[in-house]
Parts: sequence; structure tokens; C-alpha cells
Amino acid sequence: MGFHKDAERASLSDVRARHLMEGAAANADLSGHAADLQRLCRAAVDHLRLDGAVIHLMTTSGPSGIGASSDPRSARFGDLPFTTGDGPCLDAFSRRRPVLIPGLEQARDRWPGFSSVALEDGVGAVFSLPLQVGAVAFGVLDLYAWKATRLAEDQVALALAFARVATEILLHAADRKAGSDGSGEEMHHGRLLDHRPEIHQAQGMVMVALGLTLADAMVSMRAHAFSSGRPLIDIAREIISGGPLPDASGP
Amino acid sequence: MIAIERLADVFVDVADTLVADFDLIEFLHSVAAHATEISGGAAAGLMLTDEDGRLHHMGASSGDARLLELFQLQNAEGPCLDCCRTGQPVISTDLADSVDAWPVFVPRALAAGVHAVHAFPMRLREKVIGGLNVFGQQSGSLSSDQVRVVQALADVATIALIQEQAISRAEMVTEQLQSALNSRIVVEQAKGAVARTFGITVEEAFALLRNHARASRIRLTDLAHTVVTSPDGPSILRRSPSD
Repeated sequence: MGFHKDAERASLSDVRARHLMEGAAANADLSGHAADLQRLCRAAVDHLRLDGAVIHLMTTSGPSGIGASSDPRSARFGDLPFTTGDGPCLDAFSRRRPVLIPGLEQARDRWPGFSSVALEDGVGAVFSLPLQVGAVAFGVLDLYAWKATRLAEDQVALALAFARVATEILLHAADRKAGSDGSGEEMHHGRLLDHRPEIHQAQGMVMVALGLTLADAMVSMRAHAFSSGRPLIDIAREIISGGPLPDASGP
Repeated sequence: MIAIERLADVFVDVADTLVADFDLIEFLHSVAAHATEISGGAAAGLMLTDEDGRLHHMGASSGDARLLELFQLQNAEGPCLDCCRTGQPVISTDLADSVDAWPVFVPRALAAGVHAVHAFPMRLREKVIGGLNVFGQQSGSLSSDQVRVVQALADVATIALIQEQAISRAEMVTEQLQSALNSRIVVEQAKGAVARTFGITVEEAFALLRNHARASRIRLTDLAHTVVTSPDGPSILRRSPSD
């Protein structure tokens, strides 16, 4: 596949997660990114053989709501950390790392408020994966199992891939210029999964130079790469060597 | 022979870092620097492998773009990739003889003045979590002493990464790896922001960040995160750490 040539080797799990997401159904009243996120939650539950999934949208000043959930029961657990003030997803977000809890019973002391309610209501395992790219953080993908359960290695790889695809969707949603159709053609190209150092160095430079947020700096670099039909890594290297910056007011 | 004084210095430095509340990115960077010095090589780089078997560049002793490219290139082919796949050291004492094995990597390595490569696995029991890559300017093998010490550095890096005395949970390895990979991105984002703010190179920006973190006794990753998320941005580095 041609697009692998200039990208870091695309993760097969990412390709698979995106494909599975596209094959899942969303509620009829949802559209655009909201529908995509619900599809992703449902695909994650089906293909990871788990029972529920929730995407929490969060900011450093606190939760900003639920982005999507696979089903109403999960949505209820999704609200829980924000009522009890503790929970794996809050830790995953603040510590910027996954929190994988195959047996909530054994870990109940870590989150007494959350655990007492969640265990009572029949949650056996929780896997919280931050939706982030470096210091850009959108929230957390929470995966639930009603029974205590371990994720096998291939399930972990796929779960992480679902989190990366969710992050891509949220990054794309942050691109107001891209409109709300959400299809994001460039997302289908491996290049957006590219985490070579230069790309993030250039992102930091664009943030400072154009006075953007870190997320918007990435969005503008990607828009520039897409509109000029060039790989993101080339755009990044050009910026690092003092070349032109993407146009912030852009097309 | 490696001078015993030199060896002592390296391991005292490593131990000092590990007992403190250390920053992993900073630590992996210093492991790469020590590996270069011990081996007398041109550069050393550390790669971690993720759950999909992709390699992520975590730190290098050199900022030379051509050498850095050689580390990254190995996502497609190269000694470090082979080493991570097999869990065994991969050695080419004369790269010119290894063109068939790595047709893309070798010409680029030779063009960058690299003639020998040693790749050491970072092994955690049966799992390989990455590799430490040493590039030499001359063809030839490392001495058996050098090999043992560099492999020991790779082992220490593995222990530092996992951080727990007894790994009771397989999940912890994933948590730590993912955290390390994301920390690396935070540091790159901060390097770019600092370089642009102060009109310096990314390598100089990295040195500025490391020095500031050390002087203020905060972890490099935490400082980097503050630099790219606080309203003041990189200008917080203008204040002296004692303020």
C-alpha cells in the first residue's frame, strides 16, 4: 500500500480498528463525529468481547461530558466518576497513561467511591485509555466488563488502536475548518498515525509561532499537508529548518 | 579494557538517577550517552517496541539528523528491528557486508559514516520491549567487556522502564510503555516550542529543558508538559529556577 511508504509503518491494529468501527451501527439520531464515536464504542465492545464502552471528554479543568457510549447501561457507569470524584478514567487522564484493571474488586481501595457503586452495579473490570497525543488530551476511552477479565495481548493491542482512532476522530473534530461531515479522508492515510519526533517538534513550533493551541497547531499542519498533497513529515521538516509555516487563517 | 574508574562513574550515575524520583525520558537519554562512551562509538539510540511491534525512537546520544534518521528508518528494516523481533543481539562488524540483509538501511548508514552496528535487546523475561543500538564509525567488533557493559545498560534501562520490583501485573508493562511513548511526544512538542520561542535549535532547546528541569528539581516530562500547556508557555524558562 503506497501510503505506508512515507509514514511510519502503519499499525495493523489501527487499520483494523478503523475498519471495524466503520462496520458498526450508530443510533439514527446521531451524525458526524458523534456517530463515529458511538460506532467506535460499539465496535470495541463487540470485537474486544467486553460489555461496555464510554468516551469521556475531559479538559484539565474537569470533565466536559460524555462523547459517546455503546449502550445506556455503560453511559450510566460513565457518569459515575464525576459524581464520586474518583475512578480509573480520572487517573488515566491526569497521569496520562492507561489504567488497566482486570479485577475491580482487588483494586477497590484505589477508588473507594467509584468502586463501591460500580461493584454494586456489577462492573467487574475497567480499562481506561487516555485519548492523547503528547500534551494534547481529549479525554478517556473507558471499557467495561461485567465480570473480572484479563485482556490478552492481541486485545490490548486492539484496545489501544481503538483509543488512537478515537483520538484521531476528536482531533479531526477540533478542525472546525474541515466542517462536520467527519469522513476526514486524510484519516484513512497512514500518515496521521506518524509519531516521528520531527512532527511533534514542528507542532510545538507552530503553536508558538502562530499563537495556536497545541491541538490546533497539529490541525493546521495536517490541513497544510493535505491541501498540498505532501506527507506530514516533509511539512514538519520544512518548518524545523525555518521554512514556511502553515497558514493559520487557512482555506 | 574498560577502565574500572570509568565503569564506576557510569554505574554511580545510573544508580543516582534511579534512586531519585527520576524522569524516564531523561534517563533513557543518559543511558544512550553512556552506551556511546563505553563502546567508543559514534552514537547510541534507544528504541521501544509497542503492542503492534512498531519501534519508537526514545533517545539518542547524538542530535545528528542523519544518525537520528538511521534509528527511525529501522521501523522498516535494520539491526534494531531484527534484534527486537528475535530478542537476540544483532551485530554487524562491517556493514558493507550486510547490504543484502538491510538494503535500505546499509547505504544510508554508510553515507552517514556508520560502519558497524551492535543492537542489544531490552528483555523483560520472555518479552522484548525494545533495543539499544550502538553505531560505530569504524568496522570491527566491540570487546567482550564492552558488550557485557552495554548489555547491562540495556538491562538497567528495562528495569527503569518497568520501575516495579516485582511485576505482579502484566498490565503494568503496557501502562508503563504507553506512558513512556506519550512522554516522549510531550518532550518533542516542548523542544519545538522552546526552540521557536528562543530562536535556537531543537537540540539546544532539549539541553535548555534538561538543565532547567535539573536545576529546578522537576521531572523533564513534567516541565515539558507545563511548557506546552501553561498560558505563559516556554517563557517560564526565562525565570531562574530559584524564583
